[in-house]
Amino acid sequence: MNIAKPNSYRSGPDERGHFGIFGGRFVAETLMPLILDLETAYTAAKADPAFQAEMNGYLKNYVGRPSPLYFAERLTEHLGGAKIYLKREELNHTGSHKVNNVLGQIMLARRMGKKRIIAETGAGQHGVATATLCARFGLECVVYMGAVDVERQQPNVIRMEMLGAKVMPVQSGTRTLKDAMNEALRDWVTNVHNTFYCIGTVAGPHPYPTLVRDFQSIIGNETKAQMQEVEGRLPDSLVACIGGGSNAMGLFHPFLDDPSVEIFGVEAAGHGLTQLHAASIAGGRPGVLHGNRTYLLMDADGQIQDAHSISAGLDYPGIGPEHSWLHEVGRVNYLSATDEEALAAFQLLSKLEGIIPALEPAHAIAKVMELAPKRPKDHLMVVNLSGRGDKDVPQVGDILRGKK
Amino acid sequence: MTTRIDTRFAELKKQGRSAFVTYVMAGDPDLTTSLNIVKALPRAGADVIELGIPFTDPMADGPSIQAAGLRALKAGMTLKKTLELVRDFRKDDNVTPLVLMGYYNPIYVYGVDKFLTDAKTAGVDGLIIVDLPPEEDDELCIPALKAGLNFIRLATPTTDDKRLPAVLANTSGFVYYVSIAGITGAAAANANVVGEAVARIKRHTKLPICVGFGIRTPEAARAIAEKADGSVVGTALVDALKNSLDAEGRATAKTVNAVAELTAALAQGVKGAQQAAE
Repeated sequence: MNIAKPNSYRSGPDERGHFGIFGGRFVAETLMPLILDLETAYTAAKADPAFQAEMNGYLKNYVGRPSPLYFAERLTEHLGGAKIYLKREELNHTGSHKVNNVLGQIMLARRMGKKRIIAETGAGQHGVATATLCARFGLECVVYMGAVDVERQQPNVIRMEMLGAKVMPVQSGTRTLKDAMNEALRDWVTNVHNTFYCIGTVAGPHPYPTLVRDFQSIIGNETKAQMQEVEGRLPDSLVACIGGGSNAMGLFHPFLDDPSVEIFGVEAAGHGLTQLHAASIAGGRPGVLHGNRTYLLMDADGQIQDAHSISAGLDYPGIGPEHSWLHEVGRVNYLSATDEEALAAFQLLSKLEGIIPALEPAHAIAKVMELAPKRPKDHLMVVNLSGRGDKDVPQVGDILRGKK
Repeated sequence: MTTRIDTRFAELKKQGRSAFVTYVMAGDPDLTTSLNIVKALPRAGADVIELGIPFTDPMADGPSIQAAGLRALKAGMTLKKTLELVRDFRKDDNVTPLVLMGYYNPIYVYGVDKFLTDAKTAGVDGLIIVDLPPEEDDELCIPALKAGLNFIRLATPTTDDKRLPAVLANTSGFVYYVSIAGITGAAAANANVVGEAVARIKRHTKLPICVGFGIRTPEAARAIAEKADGSVVGTALVDALKNSLDAEGRATAKTVNAVAELTAALAQGVKGAQQAAE
C-alpha cells in the first residue's frame, strides 16, 4: 500500500475521529449521544485552565509526578551497547501509568455530573487505578474483569475490593480483556443515563483514543524535558510494550515529529507468532471492534480470535487505532516478544537493577535486550517501565518453580 | 425502488394491522435446522424475518443471543453460509421480507461491495447493523441504499429530537425503535412509554415504526402492536429454541416446532391488537 507521509504525525484524528482509515465511532445508537457529549465536555475541559491546574495538583501530590527518568547503569553494562534509561511509571501511585489517564477521565466524569464509573481491566492495573480515584472522589465503581484474569491477577482483585470497587468476573467468550470490554459496553448501554465508562487504553470509539493519548502524553513530555536536563538532547530511541497501547502512545506521541528518534512498540507474541499470541499488527489485519477500526486478530469470516499472552494486560486481540495508523505510515516499528522472552527479561531486570517490572513492560525490556547491544554506547534509549511486578509475583513464582 | 419490506408494510396498513417481526440467529443450532426454522416462520405468522449474522463479540446482545451466535459459529456458520441460507429460503418464498441483523466486522471483512451484490442476489431486503450509527453512513448505509437494499436504523430512548433527523435521514424500510436503554433480552418495555416514543418519532418520519427489545409474550406483543406498526421478538424465540436442544446443544425433533409454536402464539397476540387510530 502506498501511503503519503503526512506533514505532522501529531495532527490526528480528523473531526470524525479517524487516523487514516483507523478509528471512528462504531457504536450502538444508544451510546452515540453520550459519546458526542463526552467530546464536547472534553473540548471544553481542555480549554479551561482551571481543569488543567486542578489536574496538575493531583498529578504532583496524589500520583507523585514527575516520575523519574533513571539511568539503568548495570543493565547498560550488561548489554554492552546503548545507554538505557527507564521511565519509572511503575513508581506512580497505584503502580502503573494507568493512573494518568484515569485521573483525567474521572475529572471529566465529575464535570459531566456522572456518579457511577465503570471500567474494564485485564491485568487489573487500570481497574486498581479506577477504584483508587473513585474512592478518592466518592464515586460508585464497577470493574469488569475476565474470569481467567481474576484468577491470575488475584492481588489486584483484592486491592480493588479493598478500595470499595465491585469486581464483576466475566464468564462470556474467552473470559479475558476483550470480553471484559464487551461486558462493560453492555453495562454502559443499560445504564447510559448515570454512568461514565472509563476506558483504560487508547482504543474504543472517538474521542477515547484521543483523550487517553492526551492524558498519557505527560509520560513523553516529561521524558523530553528530563532527557534534555541530563543529556542535553533528545533520546535516540524509545521502546514500550503494547496491548491496547496507552503507555506506548503516551511516551511516543510527543516525539513523533522528531525524525531522529527511532520508535519501537513491542506486542505480545505469546507462545510465538505461528501459535497463540496477542500481536495484532504482526498477525492481524484491519477490522472493526469495540467502537473503532484497527488491526485485529480474526479469522477469514471476521470472527475475533482468542489472543494469548502470559501478561493479562497485553492479552487483547486488538490495538489502539492510532498505532495501526503509525504502523501503516511507517513512523513506529512494531516488534513482538514471546512469553519466554518476557520472563527472561523480568528476571534480568529484577536481578540487575533491583526493579521487579510488571510482565507487560518486561516485553519491552526483552526487545531492549536485542536492540541495545547493536547500538553504540552514546545511543540514548528510553524504555517505558509502565508498571511494577508485585501483582505478577505469585504467577511468575509458580512458573519459575515449575508449577505451571 | 420498492422492496419486499415496503410492499409488506403497505399490505398490512391496508389490513389495518401491526406487523409481527421475528428474530432468529442464522445457523443456530446448525445450518439445516436453521433453514427449516426460517421456512417455518412465515407459515406460523411472521410478517417480517430478521436473521442474525453470528458474531463472536455482540456488544449489544444479552446472554441468550450471545449464546445463539456462539452455537452457530461452533457449528461452522459464516456470513457466506448465511447468504446461502437466504438463497435457499427464497426458493420457496419470494414475498416475506428478510432483513439481516448483526455487527459490521464480518461484512467489512467480506468486502462491502461484494457483500451487497451477494446479499441482493440471495434475496436479502434490508440490513440492521448495530454498530453503524449515522456518523458512519459512508461505510455501508449509503452503498446499501445504492444497491437497492433498505438500511434500517435503530432509534433509542437516548435519541432525542435534535438527533432524530440525523438518525432518520438515510433510513428506509422501517425504523427499529429500541424500547429500552439496554441489551437484547433484558428488561420489559412499558407499552405506554413506548407509545409516546413512537408518536414522537412519527412526527419526524412517514416510515413504519417497529418496536423491539424486551417483548417476550403474546400479551406484551399485543400491547406493543396497539402502539406501533410492528413488534419484534428475538430473545424469547432463541430461548424456546435453546430449551429444545439436547444436552450437547444439538437440535432435536422438537426444535423447529418449538420456535414455530411460540411464533404462532405471539402472532395471535399481535393480530388481536386494536390498531391505534392514525
